[in-house]
Amino acid sequence: MDGTKIRSALSMMDERGSGEGAGYAVYGAFPEFADYYAIHVFFDAVHESKAAVDRELGNWGTVVHEEEIPTYENRNIRKVHTPWRYFFKPDPSLMPRSETPEDDIVMHLVMKINTTIPGALVYASGKNVGIFKAAGWPEDVADFYRIQDYSGYIWLAHNRYPTNTPGWWGGAHPFNLLGWSVVHNGEITSYGTNRRFIESYGYRCTMYTDTEVVAYLFDLLVRRHGLRPEMAVKALAPPFWDDIDRMDAKERTLYKAVRLAYGSAMMNGPFAIVVAQRDGIVGFTDRIKLRPLVCGIAGSRLYISSEEAAIRTMEPGLDEVFMPRAGEPVVGRLGK
Amino acid sequence: MTIGSVPVRFRIVVDDSRCMLCGRCVENCPYDVFKKENDTIHVNSRKCVACHRCIAMCPRDAISIRERPVDYRSHPVWTEEARESIYNQARTGKIILAGMGNAKPYPIIFDSLVLDACQVTNPSIDPLREPMELRTYIGKKPGRLEFRDDGDCQTLVTNLAPNLELATPIMVGHMSYGAISLNAQKSIAMAVRESGTFMGTGEGGLHPSLYPYQDHMIVQVASGRFGVDINYLERGAAIEIKIGQGAKPGIGGHLPGEKVCEDVSSTRMIPLGSDAISPAPHHDIYSIEDLKQLVRSLKEATEWKKPVFVKIAAVHNSAAIAAGIARSSADAVVIDGFRGGTGAAPRVFRDHVGIPIEAAVASVDAKLRSQGIRNEVSIIASGGIRESADVAKVIALGADAVYIGTAALVAMGCRVCGTCYRGLCPWGIATQRPDLVARLDPAVASRNVANLIHAWTLELSELMGAAGINSIESLRGNRDRLRGYLLDESIMRVLDIKPVGA
Amino acid sequence: MTRVTIDAAGMHYTPLNRRIREAIGAGADEIIITGVMGQRFIADGVRGRATIIIHGIPGGDLGMFMSGPTCIVYGNCDHAPGNTMDGGMIIIHGSAGDAVAHSMRGGKVFVRDTIGYRGGIHMKQYQDKCPVLVIGGEFRSYLGEYMAGGLILALGDPGKNSGKERGIGSGIHGGRIVIRGGPLDDRCLGVGAAQRPLSGEGYREIQPLIKEFADVFSLDPDPLLRDRYTEIVPSSSRPFANKYTWE
Repeated sequence: MDGTKIRSALSMMDERGSGEGAGYAVYGAFPEFADYYAIHVFFDAVHESKAAVDRELGNWGTVVHEEEIPTYENRNIRKVHTPWRYFFKPDPSLMPRSETPEDDIVMHLVMKINTTIPGALVYASGKNVGIFKAAGWPEDVADFYRIQDYSGYIWLAHNRYPTNTPGWWGGAHPFNLLGWSVVHNGEITSYGTNRRFIESYGYRCTMYTDTEVVAYLFDLLVRRHGLRPEMAVKALAPPFWDDIDRMDAKERTLYKAVRLAYGSAMMNGPFAIVVAQRDGIVGFTDRIKLRPLVCGIAGSRLYISSEEAAIRTMEPGLDEVFMPRAGEPVVGRLGK
Repeated sequence: MTIGSVPVRFRIVVDDSRCMLCGRCVENCPYDVFKKENDTIHVNSRKCVACHRCIAMCPRDAISIRERPVDYRSHPVWTEEARESIYNQARTGKIILAGMGNAKPYPIIFDSLVLDACQVTNPSIDPLREPMELRTYIGKKPGRLEFRDDGDCQTLVTNLAPNLELATPIMVGHMSYGAISLNAQKSIAMAVRESGTFMGTGEGGLHPSLYPYQDHMIVQVASGRFGVDINYLERGAAIEIKIGQGAKPGIGGHLPGEKVCEDVSSTRMIPLGSDAISPAPHHDIYSIEDLKQLVRSLKEATEWKKPVFVKIAAVHNSAAIAAGIARSSADAVVIDGFRGGTGAAPRVFRDHVGIPIEAAVASVDAKLRSQGIRNEVSIIASGGIRESADVAKVIALGADAVYIGTAALVAMGCRVCGTCYRGLCPWGIATQRPDLVARLDPAVASRNVANLIHAWTLELSELMGAAGINSIESLRGNRDRLRGYLLDESIMRVLDIKPVGA
Repeated sequence: MTRVTIDAAGMHYTPLNRRIREAIGAGADEIIITGVMGQRFIADGVRGRATIIIHGIPGGDLGMFMSGPTCIVYGNCDHAPGNTMDGGMIIIHGSAGDAVAHSMRGGKVFVRDTIGYRGGIHMKQYQDKCPVLVIGGEFRSYLGEYMAGGLILALGDPGKNSGKERGIGSGIHGGRIVIRGGPLDDRCLGVGAAQRPLSGEGYREIQPLIKEFADVFSLDPDPLLRDRYTEIVPSSSRPFANKYTWE
């Protein structure tokens, strides 16, 4: 799939945004560099900050290819940052104690660059994932990057209505870390708790918005703690205690353990979220369903959106349409 | 007559036009302020402690009390209290004993913190009509869960450590039998059982008449080890090691022999009428490694079935101490702020030693998180929790639950006269005199305490709902939902909060 | 009969509504809108007696503040069709999202299939206005939350409408919710809600509605008419009166 359809689906929901942030993620964007981490950086001024980023990457591995991401300025979007992408291979021997040394090196680099190199913001770091975001209307952002020139097997798109940081390119969704990309509709009232929780595991929240924490929570729970994505959703949007009390003994113990261990990871407030990783996507809402989420199935394709109309814009002939229950994950896995 | 008498602290006036000479003030005052002679009520104001028992009992509202009816020459440094303490110590050469919590007018941080509410960007939640979860577990939580892959599903491998399950994050702290009466303990016990929460026994053992409530009691092991035997340890729902107390950090306790009546003597397991002295330190804990030994020996004795708490006074390095406690196998750390109450403490300690609970909780929570050991222990905050807003604020600063003490006593009638150390509490709370104790009816007093916990719980739900939060986990450590109002930069850094408007 | 057809493909909702108003102003009895895809606020605040037939997938707040017309939708609706609707009727040949008939004051909303969370939230009645929401499929939690008046009738398969949902009628202090089958597990009921078997008189009241609903969607009314019903009503008109004490 190329980016044409998702562009039209997203612009159909312009009403949900304010023209100050939009973005796209595509998995399978860089087949020629599929085994390298695609480190995306916004530079305020390339000549000022790039040398420091190059040095940092050089300390931890090898850059096999790098380029300025092609952009096409239009009336509504000027290039206030220079988007850059590196294809990077970390040296696993530099983190000998880790079980996933390459991922851990990249995560470390993201946190380090974003907290110590002024004028450089790493906004994506996954293998074979392209992220395209800026401040503007969805269609303008799509045209700025010409997303129709990219194709892949998973697409995420988001239209932002910012309240905290309008005009901030880093604040546009999707948020990405390693293989994880997140789009989010809503606001997380538990952000302060979630941030303090995730920061105690070495993550640093640098995007001035609540959604980035979701990418880090998935990275922690799924990659580092080994929870399956469905179980990670149950940690973030757990069953109510009165429901847990009525479960059979085994389930009761499981969900009590989830709430006790990951109580600080639990997210509160209104949200509908879709998280992607290289082999699938998962969508879910908050526990009391304060945001909409609609799913559509057409053949082997799963669509998840805030509105059915957006799905139908991409796929008029759906086999099935449904609204998942509050807090229930909807998982799409890549077919073999 | 070098010093002479100092001015009376309180002046009592009985309005003759209202008084009907019923004599209830005479019967009710254990301090002998009132005498009835020749159809007149005579008053000795000098004996009054402002316990308000007479006022509460007077059927005609005939009694009024004025504090400090006599002016000193005003002076901002040499306050009346400063001068009177000197007269007292010049006369006696002794340490001044005082009751209740810190009485210095330090600014109260709670009162400079404001809570958040939702407007537009997220909806507030109506706690009466939508789920609102205040259930709180106190104890050790796994830092991560381990699963085994069983084909289609994951099976949990991690075992959970025992936790206390609280229906509301409000518990009643440790006030021992001896410091307070059996009726007072019984009232609290009935209330916490009804409210689905817990109380502390204090260091006074567990009276047999409280056994029916033992599943809601945390038994305390303090430096005097009074009343501690395996029977006591096994009865408690949890065990608390008391290292220190916010009202008097660094010093021990002393229950005077006069309060050691027959029942107190039997629950404390000491001879009738003998002083019950709690040493300043535990003499088997001179170091953090020794603390770990006591924690583990208590767990070993109770077969690892019960959470063990460690209570410390909030002092300058509470955060580092708590980090040590978190590594000791303990399940919870209780931090008692410098406003914590007491039956009796040297005034110089009560008023000058320790730090406020707000700062202590914030720094303990931050320290534990920075070391990745926050799940190892729950944090229980106590000392100066006066209302539901204080509960919400201290949880947002990082606590899991609170202990209330003075507030529970006030719910039973206490007027905070601060004269607990006299043992004459006319409300039947801080006394062992049978006629006074009989004034406190557990059926009524327990209702009052349960009402208080219920009302605060309702208010806490409303505050959370307004903030768009439907589970207490999402308030805990959520300092983003607090703002400092006219707090200075440095204290806001400690609390890790922003100022109002930011 | 005057009939007007509007092709809404690619059209913003403001010109679409302008066309609807113009048509009604010009005396149209029936307005057929084709190619609807996500346009919000269709017939928002529109008065009159026209029938508006919508083909496609309308966006949220269909018929909000509407006072009089009948909207017939051939497709699924987004959130809150019938929001604060005053009068008239919405017929949905499909499903609808969350907060259907939110704060509805009068008229009828018929949904053939499933609705989302908080259906009929805070419906209210006053004098001769008594709103009605009828659902043919499943509903989700918090059905009739804060309900202050009117009638919610859930005709869906009783087996599917029980069990998982919570907070039904939470905070209800007026009006009633009638559910086919029942009784519900008590834990599904919200605070302040009480359930009882529907009385004979109550049944007689819903009978014409069932017939009308079956007629509109060409269903066989007999199984619906034969089934048992449960009524959810306020346990008190002031369920939270005991919450406060004076300072």
